[in-house]
Amino acid sequence: MSRVVGVLALQGAFEAHQHVLRELGFETVQVRTPAELELVDALVMPGGESTTMSHLLVTSGLFESIDARLKQGMPVFGTCAGMILLAQGVLDGRSDQKSFGAIDIDVKRNAYGRQIDSFETDIAVDGFVDDFHAVFIRAPQIARYGDGVTVLARHGQDVVLARQGSVMVASFHPELTSDVRIHSLFTGLLQEV
Amino acid sequence: MGHARLVGTLIAMTTSKGNSASGPMRVNRGLAEMLKGGVIMDVVNPEQAKIAEDAGATAVMALERVPADIRRDGGVARMSDPEMIEGIKAVVTIPVMAKARIGHFVEAQILEALGVDFIDESEVLTPADETHHIDKFAFTSPFVCGATNLGEALRRISEGAALIRSKGEAGTGNVVEAVRHLRSIFGDIRRITQADSAELFDWAKKLGAPLPLVQEIAETGKLQVPIFCAGGIATPADAALAMQLGAEAVFVGSGIFKSDDPSPRAKAIVQATAHFRDAHVLAKVSRNLGAPMTGIGMDKINERYADRGW
Repeated sequence: MSRVVGVLALQGAFEAHQHVLRELGFETVQVRTPAELELVDALVMPGGESTTMSHLLVTSGLFESIDARLKQGMPVFGTCAGMILLAQGVLDGRSDQKSFGAIDIDVKRNAYGRQIDSFETDIAVDGFVDDFHAVFIRAPQIARYGDGVTVLARHGQDVVLARQGSVMVASFHPELTSDVRIHSLFTGLLQEV
Repeated sequence: MGHARLVGTLIAMTTSKGNSASGPMRVNRGLAEMLKGGVIMDVVNPEQAKIAEDAGATAVMALERVPADIRRDGGVARMSDPEMIEGIKAVVTIPVMAKARIGHFVEAQILEALGVDFIDESEVLTPADETHHIDKFAFTSPFVCGATNLGEALRRISEGAALIRSKGEAGTGNVVEAVRHLRSIFGDIRRITQADSAELFDWAKKLGAPLPLVQEIAETGKLQVPIFCAGGIATPADAALAMQLGAEAVFVGSGIFKSDDPSPRAKAIVQATAHFRDAHVLAKVSRNLGAPMTGIGMDKINERYADRGW
């Protein structure tokens, strides 16, 4: 049975994710409404502005429907802003900012500074033979993670790739390189559910 | 910029299929990717910046006067006071952009020192150089530049722009010029994908653009960097029009804070940009927004900002 991977397309780098998912042979759809969410077996939440996405999740009615699917165990992968949306706690978020609390981490938005501080570096990822080239753009930081969270990669002391059950998060942007291995790790979760 | 560096960059572009480049260019184009599907709003003080962020803006453009006021006041328009830019940076968590005059690389150096997230080399300000744009490869910060046609867009990309916006005609509240520029850029991209390899040399000559960039467009069917729309957007329908024509995000300048009731209009334009193909959403968010900015016809303006830039 072919699986469809949705990409939350309210705002941000959703097309870059679709490009990688197609490279891996998956059918992908853009998700902007609850009806579109029903078409997908898994969901990617892209980078972008988490404050903007938080607003649009509420106005589109997607917040409740995604929340329900997450509780049923739908695999989800959040990168950068997407990671902020999935976090248990946002330490420096706006008071009206909503997050799903799907993974037991607390994040700090823009912890690495402004655009001038954005950077690229090679990181070792659990299970990968070769390093992964990671692009960090105004990146959030995982400030705390719970016992149930598996660390998959670090940059220095910071956890930058992690997983809890069917929820995977990255503080960097695997969709901005031509290396498909991290997306492949995520789509592997589809075999498990 | 050394010739070798330009060639290296062009080769990186040519082998990248659009998603990747090298060095600061990858993180800078990456930030442009993150802004897609969003609305970047002009703000002149911290209060407006908060309203913009509250409404769901993906970024704010900090400037002293919105284009409609620059147009009314006349005189020389320059980079904003750093104090004012710092004041806006202090109150929002989203990226902050600011404008430098065309060719004024020292204003750009100052904006980089201030840590603004994107520098707009903008025709809305009075040009400082009548021949040269800024060598944007000399900076770490990303640049956005305006374009009225594909040749202009490719010249700016060859100078190091990480993002292109169609110029439109700022401060008019009239979308007609933005539509003209988007149609010109995307129309030529479509025509280039149909050209044979010999015709691409002529395209490069006609556009006044580097051949490798033209050849890459023939192959990929898209511009090397994201393209947003600016200049004249005043309503949710205008924003959706720009998006349906191919823009990947919108800048709204005078259109929000020169309208009767900025906050609901800002929120409505954010929703219209996200759901730009959904006429039911557009119908819903277009209701009861009060009067948009009055706007002016193109035959009534004495200076076209879009003509600035070379």
